Amino acid sequence: MPNRKNYINGLPDPSTLKEEILKKYPPKLAKKRAKGLVINDPNLEQEIMANVRTIPGIITQRGCTYAGCKGVVLGPTRDIINLVHGPIGCSFYAWLTRRNQTRPLEGEDNYITYSFSTDMQDENIVFGGEAKLKEAVREAYEIFKPKAIGIFSTCPVGLIGDDVHSVSRDMKAELGINIFGFSCEGYRGVSQSAGHHIANNGVFKHVVGLNDRERVGKFQVNLLGEYNIGGDAFEIEKLFEEAGITLLSTFSGNSTIKSMEYSHTADLNMVMCHRSINYIAEMMEEKYGIPWIKVSFVGAESTCKSLRKIADYFGDADLKAKVEEIIAREMAKVEAVKSSIRPKVEGKLAMMFVGGSRAHHYQDLFAELGIRTVSAGYEFAHRDDYEGRKVIPSIKIDADTRNIEELSVTKDEAHFRPDLVEKKAELVSKGFEFKDYDGMMPDMLKNSLVIDDVNHWETEKLIEFYKPDVFCAGIKEKYVVQKAGVPLKQLHSYDYGGPYTAFDGAINFYVEMERMLATNIWKMIDAPWKHESELVGSMTIEA
Amino acid sequence: MRNLELGIWNLKLKKNAMIENTPIIKSTPEYTATRNACKLCAPLGASVAFKGIRGCVPIIHGGQGCATYIRRYLISHYKEPVDIASSNFTEESTIFGGGANCLAAIENVISQYQPEVIGMATTCLSETIGDDVKFYIQNFKDLTDRETLPHFISASTPSYQGSHIDGFHEAVASAVKLIAEGGEKGEHLNIFPGFVSPEDLRQIKNILEDFTIPYILLPDYSETLDNPIWDSYHRIPEGGTPIESVRKCGSARASIELGTILNKGSLSGRVKNNALATTAAEYLLESFGVENHRMPLPLGVSNCDHFFETLSQLSGKEIPMKYTKERGRLIDSYVDGHKYVFGKRAVVYGEEDLVVALSAFLNEIGIEVALAASGGESGRLEDEIRKYCPENTSEITVQNGYDYEMIHEWCAENKPDILIGNSKAYYIARELGIPIVRCGFPIHDRIGGQRIKHLGYTGTQELFDQITNMLIASKQDSSAVGYKYM
Repeated sequence: MPNRKNYINGLPDPSTLKEEILKKYPPKLAKKRAKGLVINDPNLEQEIMANVRTIPGIITQRGCTYAGCKGVVLGPTRDIINLVHGPIGCSFYAWLTRRNQTRPLEGEDNYITYSFSTDMQDENIVFGGEAKLKEAVREAYEIFKPKAIGIFSTCPVGLIGDDVHSVSRDMKAELGINIFGFSCEGYRGVSQSAGHHIANNGVFKHVVGLNDRERVGKFQVNLLGEYNIGGDAFEIEKLFEEAGITLLSTFSGNSTIKSMEYSHTADLNMVMCHRSINYIAEMMEEKYGIPWIKVSFVGAESTCKSLRKIADYFGDADLKAKVEEIIAREMAKVEAVKSSIRPKVEGKLAMMFVGGSRAHHYQDLFAELGIRTVSAGYEFAHRDDYEGRKVIPSIKIDADTRNIEELSVTKDEAHFRPDLVEKKAELVSKGFEFKDYDGMMPDMLKNSLVIDDVNHWETEKLIEFYKPDVFCAGIKEKYVVQKAGVPLKQLHSYDYGGPYTAFDGAINFYVEMERMLATNIWKMIDAPWKHESELVGSMTIEA
Repeated sequence: MRNLELGIWNLKLKKNAMIENTPIIKSTPEYTATRNACKLCAPLGASVAFKGIRGCVPIIHGGQGCATYIRRYLISHYKEPVDIASSNFTEESTIFGGGANCLAAIENVISQYQPEVIGMATTCLSETIGDDVKFYIQNFKDLTDRETLPHFISASTPSYQGSHIDGFHEAVASAVKLIAEGGEKGEHLNIFPGFVSPEDLRQIKNILEDFTIPYILLPDYSETLDNPIWDSYHRIPEGGTPIESVRKCGSARASIELGTILNKGSLSGRVKNNALATTAAEYLLESFGVENHRMPLPLGVSNCDHFFETLSQLSGKEIPMKYTKERGRLIDSYVDGHKYVFGKRAVVYGEEDLVVALSAFLNEIGIEVALAASGGESGRLEDEIRKYCPENTSEITVQNGYDYEMIHEWCAENKPDILIGNSKAYYIARELGIPIVRCGFPIHDRIGGQRIKHLGYTGTQELFDQITNMLIASKQDSSAVGYKYM
């Protein structure tokens, strides 16, 4: 007899679980860690500790600064050669591992299938690697004739004093193409989040604004923070195209460096993954006056909401009508599939620990199927991703954050768009919200447990306590969780499936949940709670 | 040694110059940069070796990204939990040294896992700043209040020295150097299998058990990286070589070291310090007089025979009939499959010792090894290939220090019939329409990488059938007639 409760009358108070988890840590550490575990109450303003260093020796989900910079932000852009300056591992591990897709036009360059490295050896560490780096840049230019080359620093580069920025400047002068470097050594920040910021700065400084292309559409937008994993960006592009919205550039799924160069000619920036890309949105607003809104295309309802918001921004009757037409048509398809699957999975429980936005966005998709999220957290987010942008001024700037350059951005008089500033002011007066990210916590259920930077030990305890039906994380957690008899859905690589964005993506996801949750194979695995009356006496759940 | 090394560098330079001046020779030039590397980094290999010691939790001393990336990679191959801790370097530890982080990592790993062993692998970061892990471990021992402590093994594995294979052998050698003790000679054999699949390890164990020879297999991740489904969660998976066994390595009857290149490269930086290039078996020979039998991986009849005969000779026991029959069946199938495989041209790539063994096997069944390539930079691949591939040996192109793009260019020009190696060359196979048989590491586009059997007569049999069937399928699919008999 499964002992799992269905929590129909609300989630149980997880205080005992929290205590149980903290008991394992030494007292000083437990006090600190307690701030990263919040028993949610959407009606209260609760603070969570986030973006702080991971405790050494704890198996974390987090990656490094280089991973965030090269792997996440610049990795999906197809016409730039991303040359990794360092020993071989770093470049190898970031070689198409994130499954970003791209669709080059006939004759266009595509380098994302490559992994380029200077493959530093002993002698480069001892005598310096700049000469080798320069030679590698020349070689890359000779062979591929790319439009741009990005140089990414790995741990030893900063230590031995190789200056990727001066090499970039020299090589840019020598070869006459855009070449720029990133000081994204792995140790620089507390997680990959630092790398996102460094990448944002680099792209903004070296790429955005290089090409004042003429207008090509009536409604010009950029989509920021969509990385086209499993073809997600293609689904969104399809919708924009049909609606008559011109997508200038995506940062950075299915993107080109060329498109980023004229991205400053947009009328609106839309932010998907708030954590990884909000810096560029902010800087573009300051420099060019382009306002930004938060959107999400994960979940059919969120897609409708986001499409309507874009149409409202432009305020064009034809656009609004077109958007409604698309929504009506697509939602009919979505409803048909949803109504057949929802009864099979409704009432099930999910947990998700992933990314800097996904753990929030995917709750919407689960909610559409009647699956409740009992616990969630981010891998590398900051407080604003949990509590909303209103807390940004009160976030304490620590030494790790100070490590990352804050660009001072000034108004570009020649390209500034006072018309957009005016439009924004007018819309604000009508109640339209810009920069509107309220974070994940207000959207979560009372008594759900919010955990920042979850680790192995906590994952085990969470599974014991909640006995979830599906756990969402990444490949590193997959087999740990599945060995405990709980199916794990990877939300980084989608278990090599997807797309899951927009309407067709939502349908894909419903079908995937049916496959995962209504299968017989899990019955063959004896999860401990299937035959034990209770795991720990003190952890009895009162529903 | 030094001179030899310079000699090879000169040779390399001369070769370069020659290519530049004589464009008629259509050969891939030597590049400075690496495009799609055919090797991984040293701490990855060390982590795999540590996973093969019972109750061992590896800690990678460096930035957390190293542990995360390495776990990510190992897990996608083995499809198992792979816990590897990190000392999570920050900018501060980079400047002031990673001592505090190292101690905290050890403390937290002990309190979470109560491991029997902690295996520490260094990274390019900690090595560049000159962190002394052995000193930190001593520091920890001096400072801790704990009464029982795990055993510590530390390996120096900066990724700018050698590849994942060097890291693997370095970790095995470190374990033996730190733990093994001498003593009265026993009957047991040490088996150092090299970086092979969990299934291959099980295969080796079965063989030794069928011979009824006592043995120590180091490392043994046959269980830890290929677990059955569990009744309850195991924080540390069962299995692995017990530390008491590692201790007994010094009193073994003999060692068998599978692989002939190991970490004995002459081009990698490692050789500049000869002490580092000692293998576990060499150390045992030097320190405790344990005789060493070094041989290629038992793949193919001839290399299997060598392995089985050595076991028989060392134990004084006959080769069990079971294996004689397996051998007979294998040769029988060689005859059956001959018409499909003979004269076909294969490209073999990946870990050097696997490339040597695969090439020897192909050479014996009449498949021409057109290119044998590895990202490893031992500089010894060519000699070993020539030694173990006696047929048409001069026609084999052998390349150390190759990357996948060089293999790609080579294949585009030379149009081989089949690719044999890990998943990373799939893109080449796809683009050029060449069938690919997956073996080695990493395999992340097929299920069961951990269960691929390469070794022994039956391992060879499975590979032979797979290669033959792949060639048959390729012929069948491209034929205009829909043959059902092939």
